[in-house]
Amino acid sequence: MAATPDPMTTRLEGEAPEITVSLDILKRGAYVSPIIVAVCAVFAGLDGVWSALYAVALVLLNFFFAAGLVALTARISLGLMMGAVLFGYLARLGLIFLAVILVRDAGWISLPALGFTIIVTHLGLLVWEMRYVAASLAFPALKPRKP
Amino acid sequence: MEALAALAAVTGDELKAAEAASSAGFAYGLAAIGPGIGIGYLVGKSVEAMARQPEAAGMVRTTMFLGIAFTEALALIGFVVFILIGL
Repeated sequence: MAATPDPMTTRLEGEAPEITVSLDILKRGAYVSPIIVAVCAVFAGLDGVWSALYAVALVLLNFFFAAGLVALTARISLGLMMGAVLFGYLARLGLIFLAVILVRDAGWISLPALGFTIIVTHLGLLVWEMRYVAASLAFPALKPRKP
Repeated sequence: MEALAALAAVTGDELKAAEAASSAGFAYGLAAIGPGIGIGYLVGKSVEAMARQPEAAGMVRTTMFLGIAFTEALALIGFVVFILIGL
């Protein structure tokens, strides 16, 4: 039986699929954000619009930052990638916390709209992307067209 | 004595607000622990898979990234509950 390579010295070179996935999510986020903003505008008025835009930007930046961290560290070592993902999780939660705390008392913020948009955008975009990824992994020859 | 006097001056509403804030903070902390464990397990297994089979790394990395994002959604839900109740 061949020995398992050491994850501390193994590194992955070549194309980073996370960047592709996060760019796809970014594109889809641009498609759905007008709908989410419109829904928030109906329920929370102009405050809802600004809050929804802020939340969409937070979610998309969060995806992009996570992907960048994985892509960057995977080129160095798998062990470093694992550490970066774990500490990156904490750092990203902290940054989101900070981003919300900084604007919580602003006149234009609507916290229910912000919270609603964060959850719906994050989960909605992920499910949408997963559908595409699952189809392309299951049927590589029938890779679905990108939207 | 001054501290006791300050405590005695706290009204019921202030006490309720302080309790809500501390409970929300506690709940957010608890909500972040589960995804932390989940992400650690997920990435650990993915690293093992990539080290064993580097040719499948692309597929593993894609699913790992989506898994991380889904697990993180749990922490985000906890965070949203925290901002709606605690702030």
